[in-house]
Amino acid sequence: MTEVITKLVVDCSTGEATEVPLTAEELAQRETDRLAYEAQEAERKAAEEAKETAKASANAKLKALGLTDSEIAAITS
Amino acid sequence: MKLIESKTLATAQASIELTSIPQDGTDLVLLLSLRGARADLTDDPGFRFNGDTGNNYSYRTFVGNGAAASSGANTSASFNYLGIINGSTSTSSTFSNASLYIPNYTSGLSKSSSVDCVQENNATTGYQTLVQNLWTGTAAISSILVYSTYGTNFVAGSTISLYKITKGSDGIVTTS
Repeated sequence: MTEVITKLVVDCSTGEATEVPLTAEELAQRETDRLAYEAQEAERKAAEEAKETAKASANAKLKALGLTDSEIAAITS
Repeated sequence: MKLIESKTLATAQASIELTSIPQDGTDLVLLLSLRGARADLTDDPGFRFNGDTGNNYSYRTFVGNGAAASSGANTSASFNYLGIINGSTSTSSTFSNASLYIPNYTSGLSKSSSVDCVQENNATTGYQTLVQNLWTGTAAISSILVYSTYGTNFVAGSTISLYKITKGSDGIVTTS
């Protein structure tokens, strides 16, 4: 049996609340929204990971130059 | 501040749509208690005005989770952001609290809004989100749709309450 996906519509002029099945257009929009947001989040996470990788690499290079952890923290934070 | 409507979901819903919002207020306040059905620690709801699904929205975020903080922005979005809420793997029976403030909602200008949202997780990791939003629509706001950007549902027990603030005739904001 196919799951019926519904939304709650609240008419603020009457206070009436109705559970309404999503239309075909709304279901398509929901899928479009999901795909777009997942892509956006994947891009954001990749950028964050790249930043962390660069940070670790920079710290390693500073250590190789002889800086201590506290000295690295002093110039990077 | 006067309550317009408050509803609690009896069953899981994909979204909550507030329609026929009265036009006699100055500002709107939306208080939400939400939990998402997404199979993750978190879920990310968004909202739209007047059924506008175009890329007419933008937002900037500041997020903390108890261990780290980050910021971000989306300058061309099809929604405004409501923050990070509980997903289905967060501590059971916990719901997030969010407050959305929309000033001058009947003006003929773009609409800014702000959000503070806290994921109540009763655990080490819990997200707090601050959001500044902008919608470039110039029509008065007559409807608000709240939905999960991940295409999941809000669980039963989630509650949404809409209030209006009305400016007094002397220019001072009063409660009514």
